[in-house]
Amino acid sequence: MSNNSIGKTFLVASLLCIVCSVIVSSAAVKLRPTQQIMKALDKKKNILAAAGLYSPDLSDIDGVYNESIEAKVIDLETGDYSLDVDVASFSQRDSAKDVSTSIEIENDPAGIGRRSKLASVYLVKKEGRVDRLILPVHGKGLWSTLYGFLAVDVDLNTVKALNFYEHAETPGLGGEVDNPSWKAQWDGKRIFNESGHLKLEVIKGKVDPKNPQAMHQVDGLSGATITARGVSNMLQYWLSDDGYGKFISKIKAQGGLS
Amino acid sequence: MAGKIKDVLFGPLFNDNPIALQVLGICSALAVTTKMETVMIMCLAVIAVTGCSNFAVSLIRNHIPSSIRIIVQMTIIASLVIVVDQLLKAYFYDVSKQLSVFVGLIITNCIVMGRAEAFAMKNPPFLSFLDGIGNGLGYSLILIIVGMFRELFGSGSLFGYEILTLSTNGGSYVANGLMLLPPSAFFIIGIFIWVLRGFKTDQIEHEG
Repeated sequence: MSNNSIGKTFLVASLLCIVCSVIVSSAAVKLRPTQQIMKALDKKKNILAAAGLYSPDLSDIDGVYNESIEAKVIDLETGDYSLDVDVASFSQRDSAKDVSTSIEIENDPAGIGRRSKLASVYLVKKEGRVDRLILPVHGKGLWSTLYGFLAVDVDLNTVKALNFYEHAETPGLGGEVDNPSWKAQWDGKRIFNESGHLKLEVIKGKVDPKNPQAMHQVDGLSGATITARGVSNMLQYWLSDDGYGKFISKIKAQGGLS
Repeated sequence: MAGKIKDVLFGPLFNDNPIALQVLGICSALAVTTKMETVMIMCLAVIAVTGCSNFAVSLIRNHIPSSIRIIVQMTIIASLVIVVDQLLKAYFYDVSKQLSVFVGLIITNCIVMGRAEAFAMKNPPFLSFLDGIGNGLGYSLILIIVGMFRELFGSGSLFGYEILTLSTNGGSYVANGLMLLPPSAFFIIGIFIWVLRGFKTDQIEHEG
């Protein structure tokens, strides 16, 4: 049969497709467990980074994590801890995809469509006392959904850190959300003003230190207006009463974290 | 035969470098060279893909209908790249996050396709495999040189180890921000080509 006959062309094309798809799908299936372990480890690493407990030399990530991080699940509707959920197996991301465990967001500045009814929060313990509260946040940037952790001090008003562990923004522009000097600005910013209004935001351009609002503001990212706005909007959403707001108010009313 | 193997494997380093002489694959050379760690992983990925794709294309070269040969090559290359991407995600998670789309973009790297079409379609599998490895090495050589300059002068470190203490960390070296931006790779590749052609004058393209 000649190489260029129609039959041979179809034969070669279909054989090639079958062989290639077997190779690709078996690689994907075989490697998935390892990838998931790496992903879980990466998430723990980022929780520790938001907790201020991570350094690149740290080898025993699981050990430090188990010792100092307490994961809890809360009901965003009421702001109470949800005690009948298995914390270890709860995944906020899977839960947000499931229609029965999530709600559609009407006013949706973060651009995420649905959110889980329940949410994870992480308490960071140092010497037996709660030192920080870590809230997972996510929202749309320019190309991708950014997933990150917001670490808040025990006063539930001062930001300690904001780390993103997954995004696909443009490297060098929106990807600068990972830049250490930009991330360092978040430390010490206030979420609410005296009258309790949510003020935390990323502004366009540089923050003027003389501005009385400066303690709520973070520099924009040049060349990445939409990513920066996305970060701002996701924080506005997650810290509002639609997000963790009710939980934060409840904890405040109870006299702080314990 | 031994001489030919040497030619095929090491020729692409200086005599027939894919980036410097063939001027292929510039795009990824600009994108991934800010840090040596990502450079090394990218190099290994490209070497593996060029080697294996050349081998696979050469293996079935006598059965590929000429009307669909480009698609056949693309399919083989794309499958290999996906496998490499999955492997990186499983074993080098951090680096794979930094390389993000650029691993996927190996598919469009002209070196891989160029070698499959120019060499593997005409030569036996083993020789094609070596040609792929050789061209991967030639690409890696440039990436490593560019990466070394960019990380050293842009961040004062190599492989993340501090060599020059930055002024922002209390040292004396003021980091060159341009080195962290893609245009600097153009300058370094340009200078490399200039130096290379100074020694190997036969690579100079004559006008007209």
